[in-house]
Amino acid sequence: MGKYQLDLVVRSVRTISSDTFLLELTMPGTGARLPEVQPGQFAEFLVRGSETTFLRRPISIHDVDYQNNAIYFLIRKAGAGTAKMSELKTGDTINVILPLGNGFDYATTMPKHPLLVGGGVGVAPLLLLGKAMKSAGIRPEFLFGGRGKDNLLRIDEYGKSGKVHVTTEDGSCGQKGFVTDHTVLKEESFDCIYSCGPTPMMKAVASYASEKGIPCQVSLEHKMACGIGACLCCVEDTKDGNVCVCKEGPVFNTEKLLWQN
Amino acid sequence: MAKLNIEIGALQLANPVMTASGTFGYGTEYQDFIDLSKLGAAIVKGTTIKPREGNPYPRMAETPSGMLNAVGLQNKGAEYFVRNIYPTVRTLGCPAIVNVSGSTIEDYIAAAEIIDTLHDIPAIELNISCPNVKQGGMAFGVKPESAEAVVSAVRKVYHKTLIVKLSPNVTDITEIARAAEHAGADAVSLITTLLGMAIDAETRKPVLSTVTGGLSGPAVKPIALRMVWQTAKAVNIPIIGIGGICSATDAIEFLLAGATAVEIGTANFIDPSVTMKVIDGINDYLDRHGFKSVTDIIGGLIS
Repeated sequence: MGKYQLDLVVRSVRTISSDTFLLELTMPGTGARLPEVQPGQFAEFLVRGSETTFLRRPISIHDVDYQNNAIYFLIRKAGAGTAKMSELKTGDTINVILPLGNGFDYATTMPKHPLLVGGGVGVAPLLLLGKAMKSAGIRPEFLFGGRGKDNLLRIDEYGKSGKVHVTTEDGSCGQKGFVTDHTVLKEESFDCIYSCGPTPMMKAVASYASEKGIPCQVSLEHKMACGIGACLCCVEDTKDGNVCVCKEGPVFNTEKLLWQN
Repeated sequence: MAKLNIEIGALQLANPVMTASGTFGYGTEYQDFIDLSKLGAAIVKGTTIKPREGNPYPRMAETPSGMLNAVGLQNKGAEYFVRNIYPTVRTLGCPAIVNVSGSTIEDYIAAAEIIDTLHDIPAIELNISCPNVKQGGMAFGVKPESAEAVVSAVRKVYHKTLIVKLSPNVTDITEIARAAEHAGADAVSLITTLLGMAIDAETRKPVLSTVTGGLSGPAVKPIALRMVWQTAKAVNIPIIGIGGICSATDAIEFLLAGATAVEIGTANFIDPSVTMKVIDGINDYLDRHGFKSVTDIIGGLIS
């Protein structure tokens, strides 16, 4: 699959919560179609006008609508670069490299009843994954966690692809606790787990999956420079040695990782 | 349309724009973005005689107008390169130059001997900024004597164009450049990264697993430019300018300071097609100023 460097046009910027926004981009001009992307792949954004932002910002692909030629990114204002991106206006252009990395695999294994576990803005790539699974006749369910209600993002959108279970640390929504405390894990039987979110959450999810003997894929977020496997900055130590999260990942089977140590 | 071709030792390059080792992978990572055959040359990732895992993550920190890296020469070794990478690298369409690193003089010799046998690799770039493990870890490139020793040893076994890459982490870079020239280098390339450091004030910890790392990007350009200008007055061999080049104007500044060619590094991360823009921009500049050849502006600084 080819990679493209494109000047995409901002179609809308929508506030989702106190620190997250939804960026909708489209192809410039008429007739040009968005390249095909896989759930779990990401894009590298060139941010202009932020003095402290030198490198591109890697952001996972949240959703894509080929009919309307639109691609969506759910972004948390984590620093100066993403804060600057939140100031984009309809009609602005932004230079983007995409699609990057290897996404989640479901097409070769075709699980029947997978669980998609997300935390915070880590839920972003799970929307496209859930949609793709539903289209493929798979019956996904979602399990999302956040500190509080404000950290649960676009729950209704996910609900269109499958049942959504929720935990919050402060108990303001859903069950109180962490995702791994949710009763659905005892009540239902899942045959594959996909996860994206804070590393401690993904490690807890991976450990649960390993105990139950369920295959588990996680999407890692490492600091990146090139995004295309050239600089070797974003490595994760795996059973195959140091590999680039941007090129060999960002999605890994947890059995490849050295997390248990 | 001005002439862009230049010569470095026995190397004949179509234009003076090369890629800096460690920022360009093995070239193929960029093939979706640029026509690799249009590059002056691709200097591919640093190769050592034995495989190296590199340093633990985190090995990169973003800094104002630049970045620190502590990758630590992660590569699969010279034999793996010959078997698995050379067959691809030789078909990039532009000359491919291999950057060679080592921990002992014997390592450098062994790696250079292997690369010497590869018909389609017309040159090596010797990274002498590596620590010499037999001499307390002091880098080969920080003293004229140790620089001369390693370059002489490689010169005896390497028969094609030998470029020596110089570290800026020295008191006087011109002394090291002269030592490399005296030892038989065909050219020097400068600068490698500047030793730097980043701290996370919130956690009170260093950002890099190795605490210190190499600074690159536009932040280092004025230092690199000064060092190229000084070195150009000190040696008679060609100089390849490196350090924060992001545009044709940046590249032209290095040529005016005395560089025969340039390497583009960190800028490839920001714009994977930057090399093509620099080549076109140099051509436009030459036309605009009425120069017939890029060689007309080398060392052309008016002072």
